[in-house]
Amino acid sequence: MYSRPSRIGLIVRHALIWIGVIYALFPILWILSASFNPTNNLLEQKLIPANPTLEHYRRLFTDPTIPFPKWVLNTVIVSGTTAVITVFLCALGAYAFSRFRFRGRRAGLLALLLVQMFPQMLAMVAIYLLLIKIKEFVPWLGYNTHPGLIMVYLGGAMGFNTWFMKGYFDTIPRSVEESALVDGATPFQAFLRIVLPLARPILAVVLIIQFITTYSEYVLASILLKGTEMYTLAVGLRFFIQQAYDRRWGVFSAAAILGALLILAIFLPLQKLIISGLTGGAVKE
Amino acid sequence: MNGRSLLTQGLKYGFVALLDAAALWAVIALLFRGDYILLAVLGIGTLLLNFVILSRRAYPLRFLLPGLVFLFAMVVYPIGYTVNVSLTNLQTGNLLTKAQVIAQLEGRYYLPPQPETFTFWAFRNAQGKLALILTASDGRTFLSQGNELVPVDLSDPRFVRGEDGTVTSFDGYTRLTLPEVYQSLGALEALDLRLGEEHVRLTSVREFGTFLRKYQYLPDQDAVLDLETNVTYYAKEGYFTSPDGVRIEPGFQIYVGFRNYLDVLTNPGIRADFTRVFGWTLAWSFLSVFFSFAVGLGFAYLLNDPYVRGRFVYRSLLIIPYAMPAFISALVWAGMFNTDLGVINRVLGDLFGVKVRWLQDPMWARTALIFINVWLTYPYMMIVSLGALQSISQELFEAARVDGATSWQRFWRITMPLLWVSVAPLLIGSFAFTFNNFTIIWLVTAGRPAVLGAATPAGATDILISWTYRLAFEGERGNQLGLASAVSIIIFIIIAVISAVNFRFTRALEDVSRSV
Repeated sequence: MYSRPSRIGLIVRHALIWIGVIYALFPILWILSASFNPTNNLLEQKLIPANPTLEHYRRLFTDPTIPFPKWVLNTVIVSGTTAVITVFLCALGAYAFSRFRFRGRRAGLLALLLVQMFPQMLAMVAIYLLLIKIKEFVPWLGYNTHPGLIMVYLGGAMGFNTWFMKGYFDTIPRSVEESALVDGATPFQAFLRIVLPLARPILAVVLIIQFITTYSEYVLASILLKGTEMYTLAVGLRFFIQQAYDRRWGVFSAAAILGALLILAIFLPLQKLIISGLTGGAVKE
Repeated sequence: MNGRSLLTQGLKYGFVALLDAAALWAVIALLFRGDYILLAVLGIGTLLLNFVILSRRAYPLRFLLPGLVFLFAMVVYPIGYTVNVSLTNLQTGNLLTKAQVIAQLEGRYYLPPQPETFTFWAFRNAQGKLALILTASDGRTFLSQGNELVPVDLSDPRFVRGEDGTVTSFDGYTRLTLPEVYQSLGALEALDLRLGEEHVRLTSVREFGTFLRKYQYLPDQDAVLDLETNVTYYAKEGYFTSPDGVRIEPGFQIYVGFRNYLDVLTNPGIRADFTRVFGWTLAWSFLSVFFSFAVGLGFAYLLNDPYVRGRFVYRSLLIIPYAMPAFISALVWAGMFNTDLGVINRVLGDLFGVKVRWLQDPMWARTALIFINVWLTYPYMMIVSLGALQSISQELFEAARVDGATSWQRFWRITMPLLWVSVAPLLIGSFAFTFNNFTIIWLVTAGRPAVLGAATPAGATDILISWTYRLAFEGERGNQLGLASAVSIIIFIIIAVISAVNFRFTRALEDVSRSV
């Protein structure tokens, strides 16, 4: 599709790519610089800080008025729990859809496909009212609790991931479990001991994507959590910087860098795996 | 049956027994509360669980049920609930059920024109309990230690008198000083003392007075009678309303049928907002997808060129915006686009001497949003296009080159049509996602700038989903949950249509590609 470009053509190509790289990286470099800049004011910032300082990072962890460590902890707990439980529950469901033949299987798969089309946040009013109701009966699972939020996220994660994993399980030949079944293992044992280890790549993909998605979720967390101590990072950071770009830019930048670093540290080394999941899942059918 | 399976069987039945015992207890509790809907849910859930654990036929369900429970509770049920709420008038002022409103109204009292008044002394004992001695205007005295007013003779020796002859303490209670009375006003106001049929309540800092019940519910007329004015208020459109149209606050929930939907489509103010928001939602989704695809495809085309060196490094750098959590990027960009402080205006000011009112002017705010969203999503488009480009067979190009096609022709005649087949469904998917991309809108502009004279809280950059959020959670007129739910359902219908089109389109394209 390409012919060998002339020398000028090659230079133009590299130049275009470099413009793209600057476009891609400028905001990140800019907050990196802000996070080391001694001023907290957006207006006084320079790209290369005059007197670089770690003051903003220190404040994130020492200033009791900025519950940044708490927000990160909340987010990691909520996202981690959601991701782990999602992987396990969806693997179970996907195994059943992939291996068993039962009445309602086709209808179930179709229903799953339809339900996962519905963006869960469209039902935010109902979910909000539902969790307030649940709080009356089970206070630790209702409105303004992390288990409650996790429960909501789990519901939203089931449809797509079950469907996605089923596709992978279908590619694992049945013969690998059959000998175990002949030897008297129950299907559950075969699933746990044989199929799950073989499906490790897809489990990892779902785990990571679910973690990242939950980490970045804003709407439901903002509706269902109240009070700075309960916030996840997304809700907390918005609350922190809103209307305060002139006063908190430096500290905010430090928080943004650290918050993004966690995800970048997961994403960049594993990008091949994640991208195969994100795009493959959609083009597969 | 060997020992181990006996043990697992035992555990299984033990578990079921425990579960059923707990469920039975909850059912009885709910029966007394009269919460029949929850009772039905719990009952059906327990029966299903028993069936799944005990029946061999339900074996596949044992794998499916754990996930299905969450899917039902947090997606399917909320969908149904949203439909239900969209048919009600649920909003600030109509949040309570009718029974709750009646209970609240029947707890209201009024001060008659000539009330009997009582001066009082308040007392408190070591446990913090309050007691009162009330003296009526005719000199009768009463003692209250609970909710009853009991006539009492103050000459009884248990009442200890001070120098001025008034009671200072009795039975371990000591009299409160005036500042202490002020501190206890909250508790005193809450007191509802009974003197026969009459209610005696605090009327001023120094006095109690007799109150009469204000409202009485008349079940046979479904109305509330105002016992003070003798006016009857009939239940109408979610409020108890008098014949001349005066409403009692608060109102209650009622089903209003499709009124919320009709409001969106026919009420001039709401329809104007809906049309404007819908138009911008479409523009926002289309332009975001178009530009991010254009940029992404451009980079993909450059990076796919085998003659360009360092492609892997470039790719890793260009992908970074995609790896950033979107909420962080959105907040950072919002800072950079800040009109007075942001770096973008600083650069534009230095270069051209202009100051763009990015987040205050509707058009510029929209431009900024699309610019930001392109930055966020072009890497996805780039990855997708790169994959598609790599899957295109080289032989086609060789043949075209032999036939003398220019590289421009080759791109538009071969690359694009083939690329389109695999990318189009993803673009439509991306369109549907952007259509509901609340996070970016909310964290960058929060729907602002506001539109003057809008009937609902719909800003110039609000998309349908953020409009819904505002209607539900931050309207100036309170929370319009019914209307918000109706808009949610309308969005869902739109999304369903887009998905259906996508499905048809994918099939059509597959047929097309097969016949190539």
